[in-house]
Amino acid sequence: MMWRYLGRRPMSTLATDWWHNVGIAPKDPILSITEAFFADSSPNKINLGVGAYRDDEGKPVVLQCVRDAEAKITGCEFLESLSRQGNVKLVEESAKLAYGENSDVVKEGRFAGVQALSGTGACRLFAEFQRRFRPESQIYLPSPTWSNHHNIWRDARVPSRTYHYYDPESKGLHFGALMDDVKNAPDHSFFLLHPCAHNPTGVDPTEEQWREISHQFKVKNHFPFFDMAYQGFASGNLSKDAQAIRIFVEDGHLIGCVQSFSKNMGLYGQRVGCLSVLCMNAKQAIAVKSQLQHIARAMYSNPPVHGALLVSTILCDPHLRNLWVEELKVMVNRTTKMRVTLQKNLEELGSPLNWDHITNQIGMFCYSGLTPEQVDQLRNKFHIYMTHDGRISMAGITTGNVAYLANAIHEVTKSAEGY
Amino acid sequence: MASSTILSLGSASPLALLAVSENSKVPPQKVKFGSSGLTNSFLKAKGNSSLKSQSFGRISMTVAVNVSRFEGVTMAPPDPILGVSEAFRADTNDAKLNLGVGAYRTEELQPYVLNVVKKAENLMLERGENKEYLPIEGLAAFNKVTAELLFGADNPVIREGRVATVQGLSGTGSLRLAAALIERYFPGSKVLISSPTWGNHKNIFNDAKVPWSEYRYYDPKTVGLDFDGMISDIKAAPAGSFVLLHGCAHNPTGIDPTPEQWEKIADVIQEKNHIPFFDVAYQGFASGSLDADASSVRLFAACGLELLVAQSYSKNLGLYAERIGAINVVCSSSDAAARVKSQLKRLARPMYSNPPVHGARIVANVVGDPALFNEWREEMELMAGRIKNVRQKLFDSLSAKDKSGKDWSFILKQIGMFSFTGLNKAQSENMTNKWHVYMTKDGRISLAGLSLAKCEYLADAIIDSYHNVS
Repeated sequence: MMWRYLGRRPMSTLATDWWHNVGIAPKDPILSITEAFFADSSPNKINLGVGAYRDDEGKPVVLQCVRDAEAKITGCEFLESLSRQGNVKLVEESAKLAYGENSDVVKEGRFAGVQALSGTGACRLFAEFQRRFRPESQIYLPSPTWSNHHNIWRDARVPSRTYHYYDPESKGLHFGALMDDVKNAPDHSFFLLHPCAHNPTGVDPTEEQWREISHQFKVKNHFPFFDMAYQGFASGNLSKDAQAIRIFVEDGHLIGCVQSFSKNMGLYGQRVGCLSVLCMNAKQAIAVKSQLQHIARAMYSNPPVHGALLVSTILCDPHLRNLWVEELKVMVNRTTKMRVTLQKNLEELGSPLNWDHITNQIGMFCYSGLTPEQVDQLRNKFHIYMTHDGRISMAGITTGNVAYLANAIHEVTKSAEGY
Repeated sequence: MASSTILSLGSASPLALLAVSENSKVPPQKVKFGSSGLTNSFLKAKGNSSLKSQSFGRISMTVAVNVSRFEGVTMAPPDPILGVSEAFRADTNDAKLNLGVGAYRTEELQPYVLNVVKKAENLMLERGENKEYLPIEGLAAFNKVTAELLFGADNPVIREGRVATVQGLSGTGSLRLAAALIERYFPGSKVLISSPTWGNHKNIFNDAKVPWSEYRYYDPKTVGLDFDGMISDIKAAPAGSFVLLHGCAHNPTGIDPTPEQWEKIADVIQEKNHIPFFDVAYQGFASGSLDADASSVRLFAACGLELLVAQSYSKNLGLYAERIGAINVVCSSSDAAARVKSQLKRLARPMYSNPPVHGARIVANVVGDPALFNEWREEMELMAGRIKNVRQKLFDSLSAKDKSGKDWSFILKQIGMFSFTGLNKAQSENMTNKWHVYMTKDGRISLAGLSLAKCEYLADAIIDSYHNVS
């Protein structure tokens, strides 16, 4: 039955339920922690979930260099052309950050660089590119790694495998097993590496170990793909944190590299990052870049300008850049201090367990070694939130809550025999 | 004891042969194998290679640069739309005119940042808001206002919580999320796209692995809508296809169905059990009225159809570079909407984790504040008004100058930023080569890039190309 009513048609009772086959998706293991945290009304609650920096009052921080940059660019008249420039500058400056101010790679333009949607977007662009141009390839991901790495390569339809990384016994790097996996992988395999501040473990190879890995990669002709989400955030020194990358480049590897400005510039929500792929020469770099842009065009056309302008403004202004470097050190010093304090507190409480890994590990995260059951207890009894793998975001710890945290950890582990 | 490994050169890759000690603590020494001492032996790599010697207290090795993994990567085809602007920039002729990309320009042919946007940004700057991650689905305040803007705040679909809205990276990103959802939950289902349509639609569905086919749309004989062809093709498609429709201001033709035609399209879609999929990139920009431009979407929602709608704020708020839009899925129940939203999030997380905050805040501030919202509506009327004036002037110039009696009134009937001139590829090329008028080869001109002052020149160019080039 059809009738005209107010010039429009009435609701049909026969609407097709197209989406009946759509189940509810599992919650993201990291981001859902924050959701649960917000829903908790306890005054003692602590969020050690997402890797986002907090100050000593537990508040999000916008860096002063960012505020200054923002004041400079707000209300800009020529957004469109600026956007193109901002983009170009961002890529140039990102490359210098990663490869060094005077790197030949940068000077000779031997890399394809594109602005990307932070680290995730850059990884995804590369994964799509990898599938398109090396369809037979897989990606080797460290065990463990940031959980979203698995999602990214899976959705890009590139099969993944894992390689040994973390040693739960030592709570450090399982170097021997890592090298075995590198050697046993078929030649020309693609490997994802965290150049500094490994997420989630905080365990990084030493310089010597990096050199050995690089050497073995040459022997096996593997493709090194670096995801650098924490440059400057690991040691407080930008060059030092990029050392692994520079070792590989010096050794002649033509690497892929992802950079994110989410943490080190606190630009999380702006989604600013960069993907670079080193090429034989500038001509090839142009071809590779064109393909990356082609992939991006069908995903989001162009990347967002605001964050890119902030980054390029900061990096190109000596005063702002110096300010940034100082502010980075402040963040790193605070998280380091929290590591020291947490460990000290646990030891003073008389914990039977060894907590050296808290200060041995580096960067934003500590792989505590807590079991899923212990993690649940911390949440249910103490309103302390962390991911189920026992990863603690150090940035969520403050002088105000570290004692409470140490006490809670002690409570749930004191009867454990060692693990 | 040192143990050494010698790897023989595989036939596939021309790489250096390396001899190395695995025990790095052994001091440098020559290694003897059989009768020949081993020093550095290597084969030169093909093509570019650089050889460096390194020694870290071990046997020194010589290393050749790998041949790139990506040797076979060819240059991607230039984007047909964005490539036009590049060519324009390279042109040094004074008379040049860029009618390529659909980005609004003032009468002085300058980019335009809306006043409400500047005000919103200043407000945001003063408030000093943080830059934390948005949730995967985007800024809640933005999602709320964008759905209300599209459907009307009182619309039952909103009141009943039946719309899954997820912030997306402008129109493209929102379309891509929808395409990924279709691929995952309706594998094999086709999307029907208009012939012609925005060039990037095909790229999006191709990359998302969603098959597509075209329905007739543009009739070159009338320079208008081939309505019978459109209906017939939609009817002929397998039941349960997705039909991509431009909510208003069709890109590239500027030709929209009439209200009566929209009703018939809705009938056919319902009959065939298809799913309507709207791309709304110009709400407010077509007629100057936000509500009028949403009437096609609202009609379909009122029919009780489940539908998808991608939105963009690139043009109507001038936020091109901020990448702000949304994907909306109208479902038959709020439960379905919740489930669909969760799956959209799951698709977004491995693409970019969460969307950029800046543009979302601007929209939320402008649309959420009555004073700013009114001001926006006025600015939009000005922008749409300028385009209408330019259409009129172009039509007047063409009618005055063209003595052939050709009917140019389609220019006035078309709506929005673009006009399909009816020029073919060769004629469009003439526009560029002879007259330095940059446009896409399908005959599309962006009126947003045309000033009143240049209408006569453009009319001359069009008349010349139409009549003198075949």
